[in-house]
Amino acid sequence: MSKRHPARGSEARWALVFLLPALVGLGLFNAVPTIHSFYLSFTRWNFLGTPRFVGLENYRDLFADSLFYQVLGQTLLYATATVVGEVVLALGLALLLARPLKGMAVFRTAFFLPVVTSLVAVAILWGWIYDPQLGVLNWALGKLGVAPIAWLSEPGWAMAAVVILSIWKGLGYNVILLLAGLSAIPTQYEEAAMVDGANGFQRLASVTLPLLAPTLFLVITVALINAFQAFDAIYMLTGGGPANATNVMVFWLYKQAFQYYHVGKASAIAYVLFAIVLAVTWAQWRVRKQWVHLES
Amino acid sequence: MMKPRDALTYLILTVLGLLTVMPFVLMALLSLMTQAQSMAYPPSFWPAPVTWANYQQALSAAGLGRYFLNSLIVAVVTTAGQLLFSSMAGYAFARFRFPGREPLFLLVLATMMIPTQVNLVPLFSLMANLGLVDTYAALILPGLVGAFGVFLMRQAFLAFPTELEDAALIDGLSPWGTFWRIALPLSAPALASLGIFSFVTAWNAFLWPLVVTNSDTLFTLPVGLAAFKSSFREVTDWGVLMAATTLTIAPAVIAFLLGQKHFVRGLAAGAVKE
Repeated sequence: MSKRHPARGSEARWALVFLLPALVGLGLFNAVPTIHSFYLSFTRWNFLGTPRFVGLENYRDLFADSLFYQVLGQTLLYATATVVGEVVLALGLALLLARPLKGMAVFRTAFFLPVVTSLVAVAILWGWIYDPQLGVLNWALGKLGVAPIAWLSEPGWAMAAVVILSIWKGLGYNVILLLAGLSAIPTQYEEAAMVDGANGFQRLASVTLPLLAPTLFLVITVALINAFQAFDAIYMLTGGGPANATNVMVFWLYKQAFQYYHVGKASAIAYVLFAIVLAVTWAQWRVRKQWVHLES
Repeated sequence: MMKPRDALTYLILTVLGLLTVMPFVLMALLSLMTQAQSMAYPPSFWPAPVTWANYQQALSAAGLGRYFLNSLIVAVVTTAGQLLFSSMAGYAFARFRFPGREPLFLLVLATMMIPTQVNLVPLFSLMANLGLVDTYAALILPGLVGAFGVFLMRQAFLAFPTELEDAALIDGLSPWGTFWRIALPLSAPALASLGIFSFVTAWNAFLWPLVVTNSDTLFTLPVGLAAFKSSFREVTDWGVLMAATTLTIAPAVIAFLLGQKHFVRGLAAGAVKE
């Protein structure tokens, strides 16, 4: 920086002034609660009185609870299905949208529209779409000769219903990210491949996709972490049912804390979720390092 | 004559695009139908007669007018805070030198890795202890500052030439003056991105407002909407419900359409960082 800047000490003081609101905010509403939550996961508490320290009991109970494994499994199932759907579809769309044709901006807007809408509102909308009698989906299926499906009241279909909604909602975001990644690939590579006589599919497989890999990877990670935190859609569409068939980690956490007042248990669930998110992030970071190594 | 590949591309995009947008179209159409027509089977797709009564009912009897106001207050104040505090912090990280700057910034970034649900219970407990449950303060405070905003603004300020501060110094401006009168205006595109992103995020927030409010005079739109939906006992008046959802979705859509470029750029910047 410039040597004519005020003395170092006063620069640090100014920095403090500028940083103070953000640091106080992040500390008070982010860092401190995270630590507090960790502490609470080792206690038994119902918001009244003082928390009672119980050591690892919450975690032991959790790992011995069959419902925990059901919820965890359903969370993983939901996350995987949603992410695969919304990434594969987004990739296809991005490849199409990247072509130099007119009017692509209109399509981009259309696909992105669900992303900015309130998940609560769209869940209500899709509640109507999925309605067994009045909904447009069963009506459309009926036109194709398919019998009406009890979308929200049958365990398997309920999960599918939530996944479809989530894919529809998250698609556009991935499309934008992948488009950004595609536009960053220098055209010389594609052109060189064309000169070498590679056709469209060969170019896709050997040039485009490998160069897109870092972005693709990031998209998958972001989508995965987001999917693990699913709440709104499940709260609105299925309430975790039928019979816990769509119960996922955050929804379960919410019920434990604010319906049953099992604060300690809820905190333990939260930290298991945290651990999963950290593991996914770490895995992404490791594979990314490998990839960069391979590339250079 | 269009190449067959292009025609195919347009066909696929049009079909998928229509499928994506169709639910919203149906929602708007339903919102204009009488209850009788909305319950008809097979479903009719064109409102006849067109009725605006659903919107009237949603806004007054269902209380959406109040929820709308609450969402507006929360979203606007949150966005203002995010813009101001994130740019201040981003400016400090980008333009000042002080011991521990990089580690501190990494710490700020680290908070982005914490799922918000981990903080849910302690934040609620904090608000309860401060006597702030069921207040605007509780709705707004946790969202006033975010690591993403700091990251975005720092990115923007890093791009400025160093001569900026030199010139300001010659003009006799204090660091605050430099920030407020020169750097901030120059970072307008980044501010626009962050502003739209913050507004939409605050507008659509559900879990925290759900947890921290009890009285329906304080409900934001998503919470009020959820309450409204569950208030239907036997028969759901889909027309009114769809009017309510349209009202909820509209502002975010408008904000998005007006500032698409900024919104998209902000999102992409946050992700394609490294």
